[in-house]
Amino acid sequence: MSFLNALPGAIAQGIIWGLMAIGVYITYKLLDMADLTVDGSITTGAAVCAMLVIAGVNVWVAMLVAMVAGMLTGLLTGLFHTFMGIPPILAGILTQLILWSVNLKIMDSKANQGLSARTYDVLVTQLERGKSILLLLAVVGVIIALLYWFFGTEIGCGVRATGCNLQMSHAQGINTSFNKILGLVLSNGIVALSGALLAQYQGFADINMGRGAIVIGLAAVIIGDAIFGKITSNFALKLLAVIAGGVIYYIVYQLVIWLGLDTDLLKMLSALVVAVFLAVPYWKAKYFARPKKKEAK
Amino acid sequence: MLELKNISKTFNPGTVNAKLALNGLDLKLNDGDFVTVIGGNGAGKSTMLNAIAGVWKPDAGQIIIDGTDVTPMPEYKRAAFLGRVFQDPMMGTAANMWLEENLALAQRRGKRRTLRWAITNKEREQYREMLKTLDLGLEDRLTTRVGLLSGGQRQAVTLLMATMNRPKLLLLDEHTAALDPKTAAKVLELTDKLINEEKLTALMITHNMKDAIAHGNRLIMMNAGRIIFDVSGEEKKNLTVDMLLEQFSKASGQEFANDRALLN
Repeated sequence: MSFLNALPGAIAQGIIWGLMAIGVYITYKLLDMADLTVDGSITTGAAVCAMLVIAGVNVWVAMLVAMVAGMLTGLLTGLFHTFMGIPPILAGILTQLILWSVNLKIMDSKANQGLSARTYDVLVTQLERGKSILLLLAVVGVIIALLYWFFGTEIGCGVRATGCNLQMSHAQGINTSFNKILGLVLSNGIVALSGALLAQYQGFADINMGRGAIVIGLAAVIIGDAIFGKITSNFALKLLAVIAGGVIYYIVYQLVIWLGLDTDLLKMLSALVVAVFLAVPYWKAKYFARPKKKEAK
Repeated sequence: MLELKNISKTFNPGTVNAKLALNGLDLKLNDGDFVTVIGGNGAGKSTMLNAIAGVWKPDAGQIIIDGTDVTPMPEYKRAAFLGRVFQDPMMGTAANMWLEENLALAQRRGKRRTLRWAITNKEREQYREMLKTLDLGLEDRLTTRVGLLSGGQRQAVTLLMATMNRPKLLLLDEHTAALDPKTAAKVLELTDKLINEEKLTALMITHNMKDAIAHGNRLIMMNAGRIIFDVSGEEKKNLTVDMLLEQFSKASGQEFANDRALLN
């Protein structure tokens, strides 16, 4: 398969994973917590959507239910963290493991459920890439518009303040526990939606499809920020940059496959690239920092 | 306005690090009292403010603000009654958010947050006017990230935020200690102005004895988790630093020790 032939597929997958990365952006950038729930909740979204469509439910309804299911996974992680005092990373890992069992049960105890566009009436499919890309862009546009609105409201500003400065938030009467849960619910709802779209696009839901999702999400966020971060401070455009990050990630992914790289190594390389990018701000501060004007005591 | 009844708090109870931080503390503030708080290391000054703010619950005692028993309330609910400024200028504002967003967050303190837009145009105008009075050129920087402002500017903004909606009680925890002397003086001047204009009730911890004497209508001195000296009115106006130090050794039986205290 030539690289150019693979390009539309890379773009479509990039948009879907970019949507997933918007969920990661909410927790990682806005709430300042790395939420590992996403590795499970993306599969939950895929599984719920696939099973409902197979059962004859309308695909839009199936996607909506998948999103709600994802929100519930975020709620669980949020309660682990705020109500039970478990550190956010561990809370996410616990939910992720719970979801492994739950997802299997949703998929009727099978590791894989087919959702072929030839048999079922789905919204996006790799059989019709052009149409799928347009539909995906429309979905992404609606989600970004909704998030732009939400994070500009009083409640949304409270969520952002919670991620930025806990002590200040308390002093200003903001219920930070509620806001953390709210952020996790929103984030995982979006991640599950992207899972539902991915299941349709690739034509199946698989118990392993979420493995390392957090890394791909972080990669998209980081790439988007690295390339477009300096250009804009507009929130909607920043979210769009995350989508672009996802697309670029998948184009590069296709490129290295086309160049003949051993695909077994792809996950390792993705993780290493993300590790290096995460280290950049740290290295910058440690080795290249200009001495800051000290404040007199 | 504020009543502390027999407040006790021990940190790390049952360990070798157990520390009795507040020991049956009683304090009653009248409406409009501007009280400066001084004391040595570990006297319980910040602990008292944190108890009022609800950072944790006291082991014993009751905290009443304006007739409401707030003892069981979590910190974010008590915020409805309080304005707070911290020692660290970075603590009082959200660095990644715009100046106007920070002010809007403060304006909604104690109110229900809804899905309405976070800032109205009318408020924006109001903020511009308020910032003008600071004379720091901030009125044209409403959409600047607060993290880009200097420590002094951030502390001034935090003060504005803390005094919005006229809090029942203003808590100032050494809020000028981390600033250079010139900026500290300016922030202190602003503090006086805001408290006088709004006739606020305030508690201000300071390590500067002179400031403690020069500001407010009442001064309390703390030691070992209690108030050992409480003076107001004419008597306070006539205080000197030497008298305070003498008062301290008389009441506590030891020399005044505070790493940061400015005695002159």
